[in-house]
Amino acid sequence: MSSYRIHGTTGEWEVVIGLEVHAQVTSNAKLFSGASTEFGSEPNANVSLVDAAMPGMLPVPNRECIRQAVRTGMAIEAQINKWSRFDRKNYFYADLPQGYQISQLYHPLVGEGQLEISPDEKNPDQTKIIGIERIHVEQDAGKLMHDQHPTMSYVDLNRSGVALMEIVSRPDMRSPAEAGAYVRKLRSILRYVGSCDGNMEEGSMRADVNVSVRKPGGELGTRTETKNVNSVRFVMAAIEHEARRQVDVLEEGGTIVQETRLFDPGTGTTRSMRSKEEAHDYRYFPDPDLLPLELDDAFLEECRASLPELPDAKRKRYIEVLGLSAYNAGVLTAEVDTARWFEALLAETAAAQGKAEAHVAKQAANWLISEFFGALNKVGRSLEDSPVSHAQAAELLALIGKGTISATIGKQVLETMFETGDNAAAIVEREGLTQQSDSGAIEAAVDAVLAANGDKVEQYKAGKEALFGFFVGQTMKAMQGKANPQVVNEVLKAKLG
Amino acid sequence: MTELTNLGVRAIRDGVAAGDFTAREVAEAFNANVAAAADLNAFVIATPEKAIEAAEKVDADRAAGKPLGSMAGVPIGMKDLFATRGVQTTAASHILESFVPEYESTVSQKLWDAGAGMLGKLNMDQFAMGSSNETSYFSNVISPWRRNDGGNAPLAPGGSSGGSSAAVAARLCPAATGTDTGGSIRQPAAFTGITGIKPTYGRCSRWGIVAFASSLDQAGPMARDVTDCAIMLGAMAGFDPKDSTSLDLPVPDWAGSLDSDLRGKKVGIPREYRMDGMDAEIARSWDDGVAWLKDAGAEVVEISLPHTKYALPAYYIIAPAEASSNLARYDGVRYGLRDLPQGANLQDMYAATRAAGFGDEVKRRILIGTYVLSAGFYDAYYTQAMKVRTLIRNDFEKAFEECDVILAPTAPSAAFALGEKVDDPISMYLNDVFAVPASLAGLPAMSVPAGLSSAGLPLGLQIIGKAFDEQGVLNAGLAIEQRAGFTAQPEKWW
Repeated sequence: MSSYRIHGTTGEWEVVIGLEVHAQVTSNAKLFSGASTEFGSEPNANVSLVDAAMPGMLPVPNRECIRQAVRTGMAIEAQINKWSRFDRKNYFYADLPQGYQISQLYHPLVGEGQLEISPDEKNPDQTKIIGIERIHVEQDAGKLMHDQHPTMSYVDLNRSGVALMEIVSRPDMRSPAEAGAYVRKLRSILRYVGSCDGNMEEGSMRADVNVSVRKPGGELGTRTETKNVNSVRFVMAAIEHEARRQVDVLEEGGTIVQETRLFDPGTGTTRSMRSKEEAHDYRYFPDPDLLPLELDDAFLEECRASLPELPDAKRKRYIEVLGLSAYNAGVLTAEVDTARWFEALLAETAAAQGKAEAHVAKQAANWLISEFFGALNKVGRSLEDSPVSHAQAAELLALIGKGTISATIGKQVLETMFETGDNAAAIVEREGLTQQSDSGAIEAAVDAVLAANGDKVEQYKAGKEALFGFFVGQTMKAMQGKANPQVVNEVLKAKLG
Repeated sequence: MTELTNLGVRAIRDGVAAGDFTAREVAEAFNANVAAAADLNAFVIATPEKAIEAAEKVDADRAAGKPLGSMAGVPIGMKDLFATRGVQTTAASHILESFVPEYESTVSQKLWDAGAGMLGKLNMDQFAMGSSNETSYFSNVISPWRRNDGGNAPLAPGGSSGGSSAAVAARLCPAATGTDTGGSIRQPAAFTGITGIKPTYGRCSRWGIVAFASSLDQAGPMARDVTDCAIMLGAMAGFDPKDSTSLDLPVPDWAGSLDSDLRGKKVGIPREYRMDGMDAEIARSWDDGVAWLKDAGAEVVEISLPHTKYALPAYYIIAPAEASSNLARYDGVRYGLRDLPQGANLQDMYAATRAAGFGDEVKRRILIGTYVLSAGFYDAYYTQAMKVRTLIRNDFEKAFEECDVILAPTAPSAAFALGEKVDDPISMYLNDVFAVPASLAGLPAMSVPAGLSSAGLPLGLQIIGKAFDEQGVLNAGLAIEQRAGFTAQPEKWW
């Protein structure tokens, strides 16, 4: 794997990256209260007495949130701690009603795990293992709104108490590309597991980016932490900028200050938020309102049994069982929605053609990636809101597979399907697009083409064989593309001797 | 007919049920006593209309032949630490002075469901921090008791449930709720000649009780005798899914199972509680208790609780640590007092609000708690204190291999005068020395009146039981009650 290096005036530098990803747990209710977690509600619509930290209110853990975090831990092959505990992280802020966040510092729910990434999409076989130190569950804070009043800030507690998983990686990444691949892979797994929707733009997933630089192989440098970066692109940009900044500081004889920084998506730069000296003393201690969390074997077994096939396993199966290329398998398994769509298409295609899935898998995969994705792209849609269902697509594929229409006509039919929403068979029928394999009709068309192009026939016979394609094209044109190309070839070869 | 306000929980309930008098008559009688006792300052707010409303409901139910609850017709006082819907809930603080909750604490709701009515919210030490009631923002409660020296020095009713103890002792209510974090039910009960039990941690839901120290706070009844406590505890206790630390156990019929025959039972006397310089009257009262329990058939054995001397320091680390965090929510942002000086930013608002809203003792404990949890000191203080807590718990577990209940004094002295210790926090904290170990171990413990001191003030004896064994504690308490013959009452001067 090529090494990412920053070229400074004193030579090359290596960047060391660790990520803390905050992922909002998919659950109807908050971590310690029954309030709703719906996104986009009116401010303070989803706030219980517990979330507002009214006097005497007590937290009660939400089983579903714990279950989702455990399942996530299992998906990254992590150690699940059957005994864990909640701690209070104490600090004052207007968006933190309790005056503390309930988190897990000392005994997290999930211990060591790992993730395999492919930093280069073109080379899916080049992989790297990134260590994951822990996953703990904690409460989200509320939100301050500074633009509602000229002199006051308003507080929205809808997010207050929503369950987050904090997924802490080892400092195992060495380039922005690796960090980007890590976030993408993690998001993919979370979506497969169904424990987080991964919508970074809605804030349900965000990353704190720890960056330091060093001379290759040297001692670890002092790191900075850039908070709340909310897209893969921004994570990569923040690393690039921050690493470059650190190299510049060091090469000018300065030192890196351990500090918290903010990423500005507008300028692609980071700026200091607070230094270590200004850092809070969070006075963590075990939350006395909560008993330790003890998980029994039956619960763990249920969590494990409910895990779906995960992307790595699926990719392997696509290659080994379905015979797909590594590239296609990678594309189709990267997002759970794509894989689900593909598998539905595959099942329906196999049924429509009366063949085993393995026999039609390549056709379906190639067509989905090269034709269908392109068509979706053109109209700015994704698989989730595709105007053509997988059943409709399977019907079209069957028409191509059986030779009822040619692949070329297939493209045209797909376009019409996108425009009208009609089924493929109906379009073929209506527009008379059925492929003609009748050699009589084709012979007549070939005869006409050869007769009209006597000069070219002579040139061909004199050795200019490249003209063969011209004759094919003219014949297809004469038959509005409906001629079976194989038959056209055969007839032409016979006639031209 | 006996004066209604001289009746306790059982007598009122049974009298109402039998039709000897109506619940409304009872409520009116106690309302009148409350109204006439302003000098004691036992109530933060009186709610006579609530008492009448509940009483009328009971009378109507009785007339309709409906079944009546275990507290039917009994008007009670509610410590102002319990959230009561629509009635101000202050924790005797300035910061919550204006706070009126829209919810009802689990324990108070259970009491209303059992047919009790509310006479008012009782004064207390601010946020339940104190042993004399002098930390209340609404000025201290004065004990109805006076020394027999003719000096009329106003005495402490104990704390933090001092409003509760004074009100029960002065016949302003037949019973009251209390909460006990490190003796806040037992010590005031001892000071005022009444009975109070702190059940096993988790028996009573903490939901809706303003938190002081979550791992220690426990609600319990304060009443005139053991039977009344047993009845009322039965109404207060029970599993609550809204409190993660609530015990998921059935509530035994404590009142129905009371039995003062202690034959076959062993009573442990902890060697370490007999400290140097112990008040001679306290020691004598303890000896009386031993004799009474023997008379009830119990065998008395000496036991050891070797880590006792570390209990108080550990308590004064753990409780303030939890309090410093529990009280962070009083920040002026959402409810309660807000002090927003001209041009103030958020930090200024926090500082001004909390400076104005908390009293000195509360601030002292927030400072101690913040200190012991801070980086660099956490292990030396909090971690060590938690280890001590485990050792104390182990001490009790071992001791209970040799005995069924433990007998000890409740407090190291009879009630002291108001103002006597207010400037000496350590001496004030030492008042909890016998009460705190059971709190740290989460064990049921009760104080029953044992007699009067030479100054004419009540003395209490403490019975500590095994976890979940409130019955054993109540039974031993009953045996003492029957033999101590405590009938003294404060002479009415208010």
